[in-house]
Amino acid sequence: MIEVRDLHKAFGDVRAVNGVSFTARDGEITGLLGPNGAGKTTTLRMLYTLMKPDAGQVLVDGVDAYTDALAVRRRLGVLPDARGLYKRLTAAENIDYFGKLHGMEPALLAQRREALIDGLDMRDIATRRTEGFSQGQRVKTAIARALVHDPRNVLLDEPTNGLDVMATRAMRRFMRQLKDEGRCVLFSSHIMQEVAALCDRIVVIAHGRVVADETPAALLAQTGESSLEDAFVKIIGTDEGLAA
Amino acid sequence: MSAFTAVYWKEVRENLRDRRTLINALVTGPLLGPVMFIMLMNVTINREIAKADRPIAVPVIGAELAPNLVAALKSAGIDAQPALADPENAVREQRTDIVVRISPDYAKAWNKGQTVQVELIYDSSRRDASTPVMRVRSVVESYGRREGAMRLIARGLSPSTAWPVQVADRDQATSQSRSGLMFSFLPYFFVLTVFLGGMYLAIDLTAGERERQSLEPLFVNPVARWKILAGKLAAICTFSLVSLLLTVGAFMTAPWFIPTEKLGIALDLGWRFSGQVIVLMLPLILLLAALQSLVSAFAKSYREAQTYLSILMIIPILPSVLLSVIPVRAEPWMYTVPLLAQNLGIVQLLRGDGVPGWQLGLCLAGGFVAAVLAVWGAAMLYRSERLAISG
Repeated sequence: MIEVRDLHKAFGDVRAVNGVSFTARDGEITGLLGPNGAGKTTTLRMLYTLMKPDAGQVLVDGVDAYTDALAVRRRLGVLPDARGLYKRLTAAENIDYFGKLHGMEPALLAQRREALIDGLDMRDIATRRTEGFSQGQRVKTAIARALVHDPRNVLLDEPTNGLDVMATRAMRRFMRQLKDEGRCVLFSSHIMQEVAALCDRIVVIAHGRVVADETPAALLAQTGESSLEDAFVKIIGTDEGLAA
Repeated sequence: MSAFTAVYWKEVRENLRDRRTLINALVTGPLLGPVMFIMLMNVTINREIAKADRPIAVPVIGAELAPNLVAALKSAGIDAQPALADPENAVREQRTDIVVRISPDYAKAWNKGQTVQVELIYDSSRRDASTPVMRVRSVVESYGRREGAMRLIARGLSPSTAWPVQVADRDQATSQSRSGLMFSFLPYFFVLTVFLGGMYLAIDLTAGERERQSLEPLFVNPVARWKILAGKLAAICTFSLVSLLLTVGAFMTAPWFIPTEKLGIALDLGWRFSGQVIVLMLPLILLLAALQSLVSAFAKSYREAQTYLSILMIIPILPSVLLSVIPVRAEPWMYTVPLLAQNLGIVQLLRGDGVPGWQLGLCLAGGFVAAVLAVWGAAMLYRSERLAISG
């Protein structure tokens, strides 16, 4: 479970995140929807302890992200905005490296790695060097790498960005599987349809603030719209920076 | 497996797969120095030897006025050439190394027993002309002394009356210390090798990782950043150490390719020398690795880091250049200054003087203190939020 309380972060005069609070629960998919530049990536970066908030608190399974950053990172599996693979290593070696950084035993690491390679349907690329991978293959490898230590909480920054239709469908299937395994899944997106299709709970962010935090049904009821897309546009006030 | 060893082995393995890094760390870096050294030494030695023995041709203006002087020059292997129209310009334009001008009233003054003037026109800033100039000067001077002695004898005086004081040279330079003078630029090659050996790794492990956007996922792992930095530094140090070992090994073979015996100098690059050089260089390996990481961490891309590091590469040259331009006496404090200490120490080893324990101690202490400071600086930079953000 991830609890975010009143996060603030400014870069110079720009208030990137200006009082964001929400909760992402276990066994649910929580979507962070907002136009490009709304502060989604900055919020996530504060969640996975890469950035220090100016004010506010992040709790992951009750552990404070700033008093015990290492413990929080152990509980998180993160697909950052920057996918950055090591192109001179194979996909499997990329996964192993992160497993070793988590201090995993070789036997357990091998078992988890093989399970993820099968689960993400990437057997054919596992022993290839990642140089020249397609966008989809890169995301798969980055996700396997992020989840090798079997984290309870999964953060995905724009997971379907740049993927084709088939890869996007596979990714959504995989996210539902993570939810069914009882994990807390939090992902960001600027694609309304995706959030509508996947989420148990939707947190809408605009201009660094949370403008809605509801279940899809509640959002429809609150706005009086019949489709979620219309509801989003109505809440944010514009469809600029969003994608259907 | 600890995070440190995981980072270390991953970086070593990944870079062993990169041909550019490998060629730079294991071929270009280590061999550049020895090959350049051997070529330079051969060229210099052969030129010096050739100039010292070979007959040279020197334009002489007014040769017909002083046939005896011209004969004395010829017997010393200096052939008089026909006069030139504009000797000063000829020297300035490097058409000839030296021109001898005998004044028109030479014969008249000679017959009266007066001092006559022989002008040597040359350019002292041209180093390659110094051997011919020295040869002509010494022949003219000894000819003058000989003729003077003859005149004194003709007047019934002993020639020693005219030279009450005689200078006798007692050069204390050993053949090894002479070679030390010639090889004073050798330390730079060792430093350069260590620099080049680690450079591509240092760029790849910080700026390169940043550019490829893999630093952010890396920092999300539950590993303190200083441990990641330590693993990376160890990988850089390994590559530069291997580079140094290779170059020291290559230098050990250099005496086979350099005709040092022709100059009467000794070049001892054996095991003792090599071992001491490696010990002297140890602090520099860590210092340069940390400095390179520090500098590349400021860069956003591989290319940018490369630019910064090529500027940084000039710094190790400074002590070598400084010592050859302003030859200073070694003061104790100098042994605590990294780079300068290595320079002094290696030149001492080449001269055969050895490096006493206290100097070695100062060199290692000063070097490691500087290295620790640089590592600390790099660690501070690694803690910064901005480092991980690629976009």
